[in-house]
Amino acid sequence: MEIASLTIDQIREGLAGRRFSAFELATEALRFAQEENPKTNAYLRFCPERALAAARRVDEALARGADPGPLAGVPVAVKDVIVTKGVRTTCGSRLLAQYVPPYDATAVIRLEQAGGVILGKANCDEFAMGSSNENSAFGPVRNPAAPDRVPGGSSGGSAAAVAQGAAVVALGSDTGGSVRQPASFCGVVGVTPTYGRVSRYGLVAFASSLDHIGQFGRTVRDAARLLQVVAGRDEMDSTSAFAPVPDYLALADGRVRGMKLGLPREYFQGLASETGDLIARGVEVLKGLGCEVREISLPHTPYAIACYYIICTAEASSNLARYDGARYTTRSASSETLSDMYRNTRGEGFGAECKRRIMLGAYVLSSGYYDAYYLKAQKVRTLIAQDFSEAFREVDALVTPVSPFPAFKLGEKLEDPLEMYLSDIYTITGDLAGIPCLSVPCGRTAAGLPVGMQILTRHFDEAGMFRLAEAFERAGGCEG
Amino acid sequence: MKLTEEQVRYVAGLANLKLTAEEIRRFSSDLGEILAYMDKLNELDTRAVEPMAQVLYEAEETATWRADQERAVIGAEAALANAPLSGAGFFKVPKVIER
Repeated sequence: MEIASLTIDQIREGLAGRRFSAFELATEALRFAQEENPKTNAYLRFCPERALAAARRVDEALARGADPGPLAGVPVAVKDVIVTKGVRTTCGSRLLAQYVPPYDATAVIRLEQAGGVILGKANCDEFAMGSSNENSAFGPVRNPAAPDRVPGGSSGGSAAAVAQGAAVVALGSDTGGSVRQPASFCGVVGVTPTYGRVSRYGLVAFASSLDHIGQFGRTVRDAARLLQVVAGRDEMDSTSAFAPVPDYLALADGRVRGMKLGLPREYFQGLASETGDLIARGVEVLKGLGCEVREISLPHTPYAIACYYIICTAEASSNLARYDGARYTTRSASSETLSDMYRNTRGEGFGAECKRRIMLGAYVLSSGYYDAYYLKAQKVRTLIAQDFSEAFREVDALVTPVSPFPAFKLGEKLEDPLEMYLSDIYTITGDLAGIPCLSVPCGRTAAGLPVGMQILTRHFDEAGMFRLAEAFERAGGCEG
Repeated sequence: MKLTEEQVRYVAGLANLKLTAEEIRRFSSDLGEILAYMDKLNELDTRAVEPMAQVLYEAEETATWRADQERAVIGAEAALANAPLSGAGFFKVPKVIER
């Protein structure tokens, strides 16, 4: 068993053929992940008891001749903003360093019911705020492809764990690109499904009109299998969608001939040249598969970053109000009065980026500024979503870069928050519109840095997105 | 553009955040720069545009309604397990009202 490159298909065959048990696989996966972790800091903590118990359940089901589930024995990393009952969940924040959730997120319950084996909790930017994973209170994550560079963020630990073979698949969260951008930087597949496709019960809230639970895998099929299991209506999240969940793998049948693809011209300006060249080669491969490619326009793209950072900070300032020193483990030692308790707990507990976003959010929502910022941004969001609706009248999918450049060096953008925000340009639009999007590996630069290609489709058309991405991957990616 | 330090202190008060003098200096330039960038939205005439209040919801408005029935919940003990300070089944906070 080659642990670092295992796929779900190989695990299914291995278990079915009795070549290894789920318990043996979990033991080996834990050993490998723990041994490799100092190289990347991808995991914040492991939960071996929980992992081995899950593996034993799979083996018992197999011994009974019962179906052990579609993720039977699959080692999974879960981003530390998704709650796990009895397993510390810190959100990458000092404030929650000791927080032990009393319940499991729906996505966690579903993946364990499907036989998945959670190895541990993955590092991330504090409360999922960041594009480099440098905002974690527990140290940055290093990119497995280049240890002096960031893995992307905010789900940097989930992406790095999958890239280095320390998990087969992982759950992350995406509010403005936090799954696709690290997937692109680390050279794995990252999926942001339609808004509402996956229940967010148990996802610690950052910006509720933008938050998604996303999926990572080393292959399109593996990421699709994970989404298959966690997707679908959940009574515990009233924003989760009722739309039926189709069989993604059955629909990823390679039939992409005649698919109409749009290249939004606004997404091909200001690209690093190697990134642009690799995406261009990827587009040629798609043409070679029989796709019809045309240039289109998403005219409101230049307004997306301003729009996004108003809405997400406003929502974050509201969502993070709950960390008040009364309920969630941490209270400042100087809490003489109630007001001191609030102000000091939050002042001492939140990191710099969280404070910056809480401040921005409080400012744009404050009396006299609401119409100028928040309401204006909500209107611009409508325009951005309309751009996509119009594009999807002409084409079946959009193909774009994920990030203007590959993974940058640790520390390179830390001192310039606006510069960091601007790097999210190609990923935040999909979140603003609520459409499904993914990053699929599209070659490497001369220096060996992975580059991802983004595919975006209509609301609830994850199947079309997977079909195109899987055909591209099967054709050999941009080397095809 | 810069926010004045007084504006930063006012917003920090709204957000219940205690900031250090250094943070106040830093945020007055950071936030000013970011807010100046956000003014870009004023290039767009949005008078005829509806704000997006609902991201995506295709089901009937009543689809998420359910009967108001008592259900098992996590319980007070589990809910209080993460409290910095609790007692008699409650979260304890500094005294608010003087005798």
